[in-house]
Amino acid sequence: MQEIRFHGRGGQGTVLASIALAKAFFLAGKWVQTFPVFGSERRGAPVEAYLRLDDSKIYLRSNVYEPDHVVVQDARLLQIVDVTKGLKPGGWILLNAPGVPRGVERFKGFRLACVDASRIALEYGLGSKTQPITNTSMMGAFARLFGMPPLELVTAAIEREMPVKIAENIAAAKAAYDALHEYGLLDDALVASAAKTARAEAAL
Amino acid sequence: MREVLEGSQAVAEAVRLARVKVISAYPITPQTHIVEELAKYCADGSLDGRFICVESEHSAMASVIGAESGGVRSFTASSSHGLALMHEMLHWAAGARLPIVMAEVNRALGPGWNLWVDQTDSLSQRDTGWLQFYCSDGQEALDTTLLAYRLAEILNLPIMVVMDAFFLSHTYEPVDVPSQADVDAFLPPYEPKFLMDTKNPYALDEVAPINVYMEMRRSIQMAMEAAPGIYQAIEDEFYTRFGRRYGLVEPYRCEDADIVFVTAGTAAATARVAVDTLRAKGERVGLLRLRMFRPFPAEAFRLGLAHAKKVIVLDRNCSFGAGGVFAQELKAALYGPEAPKLYSYVAGMGGRDVTVDTFSELFTMTRDQDEPPLGSVWYGVNEEMLRS
Repeated sequence: MQEIRFHGRGGQGTVLASIALAKAFFLAGKWVQTFPVFGSERRGAPVEAYLRLDDSKIYLRSNVYEPDHVVVQDARLLQIVDVTKGLKPGGWILLNAPGVPRGVERFKGFRLACVDASRIALEYGLGSKTQPITNTSMMGAFARLFGMPPLELVTAAIEREMPVKIAENIAAAKAAYDALHEYGLLDDALVASAAKTARAEAAL
Repeated sequence: MREVLEGSQAVAEAVRLARVKVISAYPITPQTHIVEELAKYCADGSLDGRFICVESEHSAMASVIGAESGGVRSFTASSSHGLALMHEMLHWAAGARLPIVMAEVNRALGPGWNLWVDQTDSLSQRDTGWLQFYCSDGQEALDTTLLAYRLAEILNLPIMVVMDAFFLSHTYEPVDVPSQADVDAFLPPYEPKFLMDTKNPYALDEVAPINVYMEMRRSIQMAMEAAPGIYQAIEDEFYTRFGRRYGLVEPYRCEDADIVFVTAGTAAATARVAVDTLRAKGERVGLLRLRMFRPFPAEAFRLGLAHAKKVIVLDRNCSFGAGGVFAQELKAALYGPEAPKLYSYVAGMGGRDVTVDTFSELFTMTRDQDEPPLGSVWYGVNEEMLRS
């Protein structure tokens, strides 16, 4: 069984993304289970959702404590939420960011992939500059990173689940699929190079 | 056809397939998604029924009592404080012998204000004359709703289909939605045994003097006593048509088990995983999932636990001053010299998680203890907080 945890903010469509991805995985032949961590759904507040995937019926119905991977819809959450809590060593952090974020040394031992989902969302008119709706872009990046579910099932799920701007959401998912940057395992070398870039940026 | 549905949507699908004519409800988290979905069905015509908006849950139950009295299949759903407010009308529905079906989403009662799962709301309605079924997943919630209409209309008693807040009501998973034709064949149109009819006027639900009241009560108890047998016959038919069955209680790896877990709802699904985990370590453990709570299936429990040495009951509820409700009822049902030792634990109230580790710890505690303590042991409580 695979367990994935989604981190986002109320209004970014985090829960909807986990549901739409579950439906895409189901169409690809998986057993799925997804549910939000209920209680803090306010626009802008941190929200979490879980997705379980397996080849047979899923009986486990407790919360997810040790996810295989995490998806982070908003890089600013890194300051306030411990997104790697319980994350299995070597697990992927799929992050909405233009590149390796600052302070990445604390994620050593995990794998990092980034996609600039906010930019892509805005490019397709999804949300506003302060509140880009990044869920469908993250779905596209997710499909690329894990090779599952197939992109055409992701777009089929978007078509069924998204209430508005379906063509734009599908285009955003496809663009994010192509724009994913996989950094891989965050080892000493990657952390050092990220720190160097950050210093260079600071000097400017 | 199998599709990914939220637990709440699975119930709404069943209500649509049952061709319910009147729905009346007042929204309350975590029941809201059920009635939102049904309001949509009534509005877009996918359900040929009327949605009656009301100002309270008491009126919601009164409305469906009216609808059923007029010979119409009806539905409502509630939770927690909403169910508590219905209490008077719950007695009325059963006393008037109306086959109403209600979805009840288990949520804690306040104060403290809490939206999460806790079974005390439905269990505190156990003496109202409603049957109660506890579900573990979305498929079961759908199937049980269909089974409930069939059973209720035979017994002329109302039925509560109970499901956990969020862990079931807000969880999406694959659910097989049967075809309308198959459901129509299983659940024929409602033919009321009596109804309010302007062409044939007579008095309903009026004064019952001393010489008849007790017989009326006895007849409710008789219907309850007949329920397990009738249910099993209906479920056999359901199985032939849909390929799924659940039972009054559902055993899992109980055959040679020395210690058996008894619990209900989503915790019971997780308990199944815990049984597999403990079995892999060589422990002889099983699970007997409680599904029907009213009437209490005493005989099924006696049979299911005949070979168990110890029973671990996990209650996500408490009757203050007594302890876990399932444990009390089970103790009464098993009473006698042959009864296994019963260990009662209260856990997971107010949404606190019940995990595989919870069951593993309860198992170890129970295995290593020769005699059960008196009353219920509270698991996972912060003792420091209690001292302060």
